[in-house]
Amino acid sequence: MPGGIWVYAEQKDGKLKKVTLELLSAARKIADEQKEELCAVLAGRDVAGLAGTLGEYGADKVYLLQSDALENYTTDGYTSAVTALVREHQPSVFLLGYTVLGRDLAAHVAQRLDTGLFTDCVDVRLEDGQLVFKRPIYAGKAFFEGVCPEARPVMATVRPNVLPVNPPQAGRTAQVIEVSPQPGSIRQIIRDVVRQVSTRPELTEADIIVSGGRGMKGPENFRLLEELADVLGAAVGASRAAVDAGWAPHSMQVGQTGKTVSPTLYIACGISGAIQHLAGMGSSKYIVAINKDPEANIFKVADYGIVGDLFEVVPLLIQEFKKLKEQG
Amino acid sequence: MNIVVMLKQTFDTEARITLDEKGKINREGVSLIINPYDEFAVEEGLRVKEKSKGEVTVVSVGEAQVQEALRQALAMGADKAILVSPGGMEVDEYVTATILARVIGSLQYDLILAGWRAIDDGSAQVAARVAEILGLPMVNMVTRLEVGEGSVLATREIEGGNEVVEVPLPAVVTAQKGLNEPRYPTMRGIMQAKKKPMQKMTLQDLGLDAGQVVPKVRAVKYYLPPPRKPGRIIPGEAAEAASALVRALREEAKII
Ligand SMILES: Cc1cc2nc3c(=O)[nH]c(=O)nc-3n(C[C@H](O)[C@H](O)[C@H](O)COP(=O)(O)OP(=O)(O)OC[C@H]3O[C@@H](n4cnc5c(N)ncnc54)[C@H](O)[C@@H]3O)c2cc1C
Ligand SMILES: Cc1cc2nc3c(=O)[nH]c(=O)nc-3n(C[C@H](O)[C@H](O)[C@H](O)COP(=O)(O)OP(=O)(O)OC[C@H]3O[C@@H](n4cnc5c(N)ncnc54)[C@H](O)[C@@H]3O)c2cc1C
Repeated sequence: MPGGIWVYAEQKDGKLKKVTLELLSAARKIADEQKEELCAVLAGRDVAGLAGTLGEYGADKVYLLQSDALENYTTDGYTSAVTALVREHQPSVFLLGYTVLGRDLAAHVAQRLDTGLFTDCVDVRLEDGQLVFKRPIYAGKAFFEGVCPEARPVMATVRPNVLPVNPPQAGRTAQVIEVSPQPGSIRQIIRDVVRQVSTRPELTEADIIVSGGRGMKGPENFRLLEELADVLGAAVGASRAAVDAGWAPHSMQVGQTGKTVSPTLYIACGISGAIQHLAGMGSSKYIVAINKDPEANIFKVADYGIVGDLFEVVPLLIQEFKKLKEQG
Repeated sequence: MNIVVMLKQTFDTEARITLDEKGKINREGVSLIINPYDEFAVEEGLRVKEKSKGEVTVVSVGEAQVQEALRQALAMGADKAILVSPGGMEVDEYVTATILARVIGSLQYDLILAGWRAIDDGSAQVAARVAEILGLPMVNMVTRLEVGEGSVLATREIEGGNEVVEVPLPAVVTAQKGLNEPRYPTMRGIMQAKKKPMQKMTLQDLGLDAGQVVPKVRAVKYYLPPPRKPGRIIPGEAAEAASALVRALREEAKII
């Protein structure tokens, strides 16, 4: 009997990442078509409470790997524990999120298992009994579709915020299988963790992103974007010009040498739309541009554009969105 | 301290992408650069070497034109370069890593540096695969590196923050933006680079037979994305435009 379609259930601080639900929804379809079971791998220190949600979103089984050694992600600890589990059960497919954790884990596990891995996929579909993986390459300027004919499991990481999430089925439960993990000897010793506390959503998971460029003219003006972001429940991003000027940290940079984002709405303020910036946000569902130069390249990709001074337009937008919110 | 840097030559970020008659990415006439993250890796290698002596070797898998990128690394200050040509063979990430690990395995090394990702094919997996093949610990996406006696302390980017990780040497470390500001080659560096060793190797030289370099994955097709449908400029004075935009997002796009 085939070992199933597997999804890595990534969690952070005891909360499942949204991409996990996206993966479950995509994998549920594959599992049904292939008549295999859908299994989630849940690892951490105190994470058993999340198994219920995984069941509601489609998992048939949850492999629960709990140990003190897995409290923090380490490449060695997680790679060893997850590889051992895969070796034991031999799934046919193993999907992870294209996140900081997911892509590190996926690459190490794939090599230990001597198998193929597709990175940053935006679509997975079954064609003539074979899974076809689609991924953007050359910063979104081309697409690649590929298959993994023999090696198993076939592995892929999937870009967050792209695949739809099926509604949960209340009362649906997964069988929970507790496994005592084998993290082996861990060579990475974590000496310190520094967290930036933010009330805003993570850039790669955000539904709406408000982003600023050189047109912001200075770090203090990012306050304006934060205000707009908070009205919308959005994340704040930046162009490289703004990051290089020291107005925003690199973790906020969107583009070819920053983050790739796919929000429903991307609002670009004072950003010219250089090809390297478009590489990071070109797959947004809707793009709004506010720029005082009518010839700016960003208008070529924007669904809606306002030619004007952002210092005039953004405060007005904040007002308008607030009004809308009050109306409910 | 001997340092090996894995360096990939990539398309310039400005490059326009077209397909050739076989339906693959057209490489003709495209200007090529050192993968920006690998430039950080070269720079970091040089800084470590300057503090601790030893040599920096840059290795690459690719065809003859990659020599240009390797020369640039030599001009920055690397000591020698090794280029392995796969001889026109299909190479996926697994095969690329297999070749790189074979070359690096034949060298003396304490630290292996790479980019966290190539900006073109960008699978973000070659360095991890090499680390696994060589049995070395890895730290990914590093923005600060302190090399100590027998270990390194690396600050890496994680979601919503940073962490400081210590690993024993030898280790693989991948560079993220912020690690350093790469230097430009000097005139003197460029002259010296011409005399530095550039070793060219084939898979046979490495003792790799055809059975060891079989790709795990296969391409079905490459294609260009459909152009985004043109949008519209919302006319009017700022106040008018702002309220029209909000209305459009609500009523047309239905996303607010
Ligand atoms: C290898 C490489 C990698 C790169 N990676 C990235 C990357 O990851 N991300 C990235 O963003 N860039 C990247 N770049 C840089 C990119 O080429 C551009 O330089 C950068 O995106 C420009 O940022 P910007 O649009 O903020 O600035 P500019 O191009 O200077 O544009 C500023 C815009 O603001 C407008 N403006 C000014 N004042 C106002 C105002 N008051 N109201 C409204 N509009 C105003 C101007 O009309 C202008 O269009 C990379 C470049 C290279 C070579
Ligand atoms: C089915 C398939 C067929 C392919 N066929 C071809 C082909 O015929 N010709 C071709 O040129 N490419 C081909 N590619 C692309 C090729 O596999 C990748 O370019 C290569 O494996 C490197 O992967 P990456 O660019 O994703 O590197 P990443 O994993 O994103 O790179 C991470 C880091 O690893 C190091 N690194 C990566 N590649 C190299 C390298 N070549 N030399 C030295 N260091 C490196 C660098 O430090 C880099 O920063 C193919 C890919 C697939 C999936």
